[in-house]
Amino acid sequence: MATAALTAEREHYLNTDYGIRSWLLTTDHKRIALLYLVTITLFFFIGGFFALLIRLELLTPAGDLVQADTYNKLFTMHGQVMIFFFLIPSIPAVLGNFLVPMMVGAKDLAFPRINLLSWYLLVIAGIIMLHCIITGGVDSGWTFYTPFSTAFSNTKVIEAGIAIFIAGFSSILTGLNFVVTIHRMRAPGMTWSRLPLFIWAHYATSIIQLLGTPVLAVTLLLVVFERAFNLGIFDPTRGGDPLLFQHLFWFYSHPAVYIMILPSMGVVAEIIPCFSRKRIFGYSAVAMSSIAIAVFGFLVWAHHMFVAGISLYSAMIFSILSYLVAVPSAIKVFNWTATMYKGSIRFNTPMLYAMGFIGLFTMGGLTGLFLAALGIDVHVTDTYFVVAHFHYIMVGGAVMGYLGGMHFWWPKISGRMYPEWLGRFAALTVFLGFNLTFFPQFILGYLGMPRRYWQYPPEFQVLNVMSTAGSTILAVGYVLPMVYFLWSMRYGKIADANPWGAAGLEWKTASPPPTSNFEEIPEVTWEAYNYHEIPAPEEVPVGLQPTRN
Amino acid sequence: MAGNVDALYIFLVLLAGFMCVAIFTMIVVFAMRYRQRRGQQAEPIEGSVALEVTWSVAPLAIFMVIFLWGAIIYFQERTPPRGADEVYVVAKQWMWKLEHEQGQREINELHIPVGRDVKLIMTSQDVIHSFYVPAFRIKQDVLPGRYTTAWFHATKPGVYHLFCAEYCGTAHSGMIGQIVILEPAQYQAWLSGGLTSGSLAANGETIFQQLGCPTCHRFDTQGRGPNLTGIFGKPVQLEDGRTVIADENYIRESILSPAAKIVSGFKPIMPTFQGLVSEEQLTALVAYVKSLSPAPSGAKPAPGTKPQESKE
Repeated sequence: MATAALTAEREHYLNTDYGIRSWLLTTDHKRIALLYLVTITLFFFIGGFFALLIRLELLTPAGDLVQADTYNKLFTMHGQVMIFFFLIPSIPAVLGNFLVPMMVGAKDLAFPRINLLSWYLLVIAGIIMLHCIITGGVDSGWTFYTPFSTAFSNTKVIEAGIAIFIAGFSSILTGLNFVVTIHRMRAPGMTWSRLPLFIWAHYATSIIQLLGTPVLAVTLLLVVFERAFNLGIFDPTRGGDPLLFQHLFWFYSHPAVYIMILPSMGVVAEIIPCFSRKRIFGYSAVAMSSIAIAVFGFLVWAHHMFVAGISLYSAMIFSILSYLVAVPSAIKVFNWTATMYKGSIRFNTPMLYAMGFIGLFTMGGLTGLFLAALGIDVHVTDTYFVVAHFHYIMVGGAVMGYLGGMHFWWPKISGRMYPEWLGRFAALTVFLGFNLTFFPQFILGYLGMPRRYWQYPPEFQVLNVMSTAGSTILAVGYVLPMVYFLWSMRYGKIADANPWGAAGLEWKTASPPPTSNFEEIPEVTWEAYNYHEIPAPEEVPVGLQPTRN
Repeated sequence: MAGNVDALYIFLVLLAGFMCVAIFTMIVVFAMRYRQRRGQQAEPIEGSVALEVTWSVAPLAIFMVIFLWGAIIYFQERTPPRGADEVYVVAKQWMWKLEHEQGQREINELHIPVGRDVKLIMTSQDVIHSFYVPAFRIKQDVLPGRYTTAWFHATKPGVYHLFCAEYCGTAHSGMIGQIVILEPAQYQAWLSGGLTSGSLAANGETIFQQLGCPTCHRFDTQGRGPNLTGIFGKPVQLEDGRTVIADENYIRESILSPAAKIVSGFKPIMPTFQGLVSEEQLTALVAYVKSLSPAPSGAKPAPGTKPQESKE
């Protein structure tokens, strides 16, 4: 183990026990977080590999790298793997698992065994998904639109559906654990108004996971029933209604976007105050906007269906509701930006990711205004405009937040610093690569290139070449952190308890924390983000000098 | 229509560009101005209710303007003008079959004279497809088991892309075609060059006879089924007390599942024709039933006459 060097000094969650059983049967939320980290990193690189193949295929207008059917499987499995096996678990199951108990001042989550169970569910789901991929794959699109998925696709729709069905229960159980923990296990003095915004964001996320995911489970089950047992639910030739599927699917899958982005917003709300040495601007507005997003997020699903054949009047209602859900997002962006005002700002890697997040999320959000405008949506929906828009939210937003959070809390998780200059370089690489990949796609979409096209008219080639070029840069930016995080586990500079001079409870215990998180449960007498009371660290840790103590 | 969409689009690009520049400038200015300096402390600021209210209400107001603007365009996009020329579209994996009212059939190509309102009445034979003409800024999903409609009004002759925009399987990206917009004279030449086997409604009448429909649907009041003359577009009183408008979807449903909506005063004795008629035959039958209802007077000048006021 890389952490063996530390054993002589102090017992902590990584060195209390060794051996495979101590990991696979652990109920420690911190160890489970690391199990999740390994799992989702694997899936991230599988999904990323599919993405690179897609981009390579689109380098030329003709379909020449892979067969059409292969291409259809690639974008389907890219979506399914990235959404259900990386993005949805990413921040909640890794950083949330690690931090929620510590941030509220608890020894563990409310149900440690259920927490382990939820990881096993994800692993079982993941194995089924991998089996599905290896033995032929699935080509229904991650959206499983009927009647294509139930009556026409010749691929492993049922297997993929079952995998996602099981992964959904993993997500539900994580949400359940967080809700109970946040309600019942806060340390003395940790009132609701003193909770870090990371906790508010995870609370809102958990509500969506609990209320939304069962609907997805039911919907996938109905798809499986129609396909396997020939029941008529969605297929019109069997008396079903294909639009019913879209309503049910988006009732979960729109809020699912908030499952992916809200935790990221929580991360950003921790990083910006820390590196600005200031309390967050408008604490309660930021906290309440998370809840507002969770509530309104359930009322906008049919904005995915403006050209699907819904009535004129329901389209108008869903359009106006979509604008309402944009307001709390706007509030967050303004408050993060205002937090920097008159701060004392340092530009460590987490802060670069947080600033990048604000920029990319703003662009993703603003282009959402285009899509919610009915007359525009008719033209740009199902084109690359939509592809660009949701990648700005889910990759530009959610993944930037995830990477920012990983750098911010890596000293706490591993007890080591990552190499700071390399971190900054990777953050800039990701930012540039991302924009080069996805900005041209907005233009492609408005010019009319439909999504999920294996071959395309030659006039779209220049923009596609730019996009493919960007994706290779982006790939470098994603591989770098994985390499230097691994490197730092052995060679990184030893981190002290609070290298950033940050305010949360998780920084008041050692790095890495003891198994019980705190030597004794703290009593909270201060407000969140009391940065005016905490001195900034004299020297910003750089972590490049290899130290072995 | 394209002009309207682009106007709102350009407005949104300017608005989004302005907001991006404003926020990015603030981030960069704050980042430079307030970067950490020795001996300089951050100012503790709690927040500001006035600011919070401002930056909630102001965006909301702008959003409502965008909503209204977008909704008005959508209303126009979704409401075909009366008297538009009709084209029946049947989508299947992986081709577009298009049929004019006069009976010309085309595959993956649609010839239309410039300056005409064209209404598309579309259905799918298998999965969901989507009829997308980027140049006209129109897109409408094409569903199996029902009709959806879209319309356009081309102002410039030319050849425009037709794409399938809803993923439909292996050759989704090959399900493309072209809309050929011709000058009226060229259009007449194209019309006379093609082979037709009678108008769509005439074909529908033949099928109507072959299937034995007139046995019950007589053109008097003595039939066991309702007289179909003049019903199209009119409200129909149902046996269960409801009233429905006899549109394309109602006629379609009445052929495929006759028992679903029984006309008041009749018995549910009609057998289903599900599986007995193809999508093309269905569209012909629908066109025939529609032809039994005289078009509103003056609403439909013959092709080639003075175009109506431009919709663009």
